[in-house]
Order: sequence, then structure tokens, then C-alpha cells
Amino acid sequence: MCNQAVCLVAAELERQGIVTVVIQLLRRVAEKVQPPRALFVPFKHGYPLDKPGQSERQIAVLEAALSLLEDKSLQKPVLVDYKLRED
Amino acid sequence: MGDLSEFKTTTRLFLKSYPWRRIDPVPWTQLGKPLSECRLTLISSAGFVLPDQEPFDRFIPGGDVSFREIPSDINVSELTDCHKSKSYDHSGLRRDPNVAFPIDRVRELVESGRIGSLNHRYLSFMGVITAPGRLIHRTAPEAAKWLADDGVDIAILVPV
Repeated sequence: MCNQAVCLVAAELERQGIVTVVIQLLRRVAEKVQPPRALFVPFKHGYPLDKPGQSERQIAVLEAALSLLEDKSLQKPVLVDYKLRED
Repeated sequence: MGDLSEFKTTTRLFLKSYPWRRIDPVPWTQLGKPLSECRLTLISSAGFVLPDQEPFDRFIPGGDVSFREIPSDINVSELTDCHKSKSYDHSGLRRDPNVAFPIDRVRELVESGRIGSLNHRYLSFMGVITAPGRLIHRTAPEAAKWLADDGVDIAILVPV
């Protein structure tokens, strides 16, 4: 439900001219709801930016999200998988 | 990996048959300037509140669609998790709220020059909303108007 809620809020922001990206923990929800830009992360529910105290991982996920805002070649709806690596 | 197998059977069955709300048409705003010149806001659906704020209501049928304003200069240790869901482990985000509301991390992105500035406020929702009509028609548009009036350029939204 959390995944859908942020998608629906993102849509309203985008209608107001704010460029958005949502983190998604359920790929199926992003595919069904279709927010403008979504980054699917391979982490458990409750851990959208992975384990606590791992600031480098948190930054890496945010950077991946920001890159979706910058990439002018992407077409809506955008759904990109976060590439898991040792950050 | 976040998938349905994490949930108990009743939750899995509910989610499999749930009529997800498709956004159609998909709205789209193209970034018109470098991130280093953009004002950013964060939106979390992890149900965080500050000590002086009303907790989210766990008993509203279909979910509490209200939101809380979170000043961007707070210490993350001030955030209290009052999300009602028992479907996920809350221990990580209680230990480090940045896991679901990366307030410290976006400060670092501004300090490094990657992002231009932070909005003076972020927004907190409790995302367990099974009947999202009131969210779609009332509180999400209200939230979006606040942030547009603030001059926000970009937003990162984080569920749990």
C-alpha cells in the first residue's frame, strides 16, 4: 500500500510541475500504478534504502534516483531497476 | 528482495486481488535545469511524526490520508515511527530513520553541490491506504500545491 501511496502523491506533484522519482519495493505495484519515474530497489519492506547505518548505500540509492530525473532520454512511465553492487 | 513472499498468506492474497489505481494519463514534467540549481523535497510514507504532532490514526477505515509537515532542519532522532503496519520489520528505520527518510543524506548532497538546496519542509504520510480516493482527490493535491508554492523543483518519494 505504501508503494501505491507514494506513486499517487508523485502524480499530483508532477501535475504541479515538480519532477518526481519514487522508490519502489514491489515491482508489480510500479507496473500496475505507473508513476512517472520509479526506481525499483531489491531490498526488503521496511528497508527502502537498505540496512541502517550504511550511508554510502543510502547515497548510492539516492544517486540512482536522481539520475532518473536528469536523463532526458527516458520516456514515461519510467521503471528502472537499482543495480545492486558493493557500494 | 521486496516481494509478496515476505508477507503472511492473508496479506499476499489481499495484495494479489487488490485493484491497484493506475495513473492514466501519466503526468510528466521534464527537468528544466541542473540538479545543482534545484530545490529538493522528500516525502516518506513511513508514518513518521515529530513529538509535538498528532500520530496517524490507525483506525480510519481505508487508511489515514493526512500528512505531517517535517521541517528539513530537524535531527532525525526526533522522528517517531507510528506506522501501523505489522507486515514489515520496523527495527531498521527506528535505529536509523535515514533508511526510509534520508534527511541526513540529502543534506550531504547539498553540501557536496550535487543538489542546489533543500525545501524548508518535507512531508510524512502513513502509506497503508487501502481506499486512496481521499488521497487522490484531497490530500495529495493539497500537498502538491504546498510544495509548488514553496518553489520545489524535484521530489524523492520513499515508501516502506
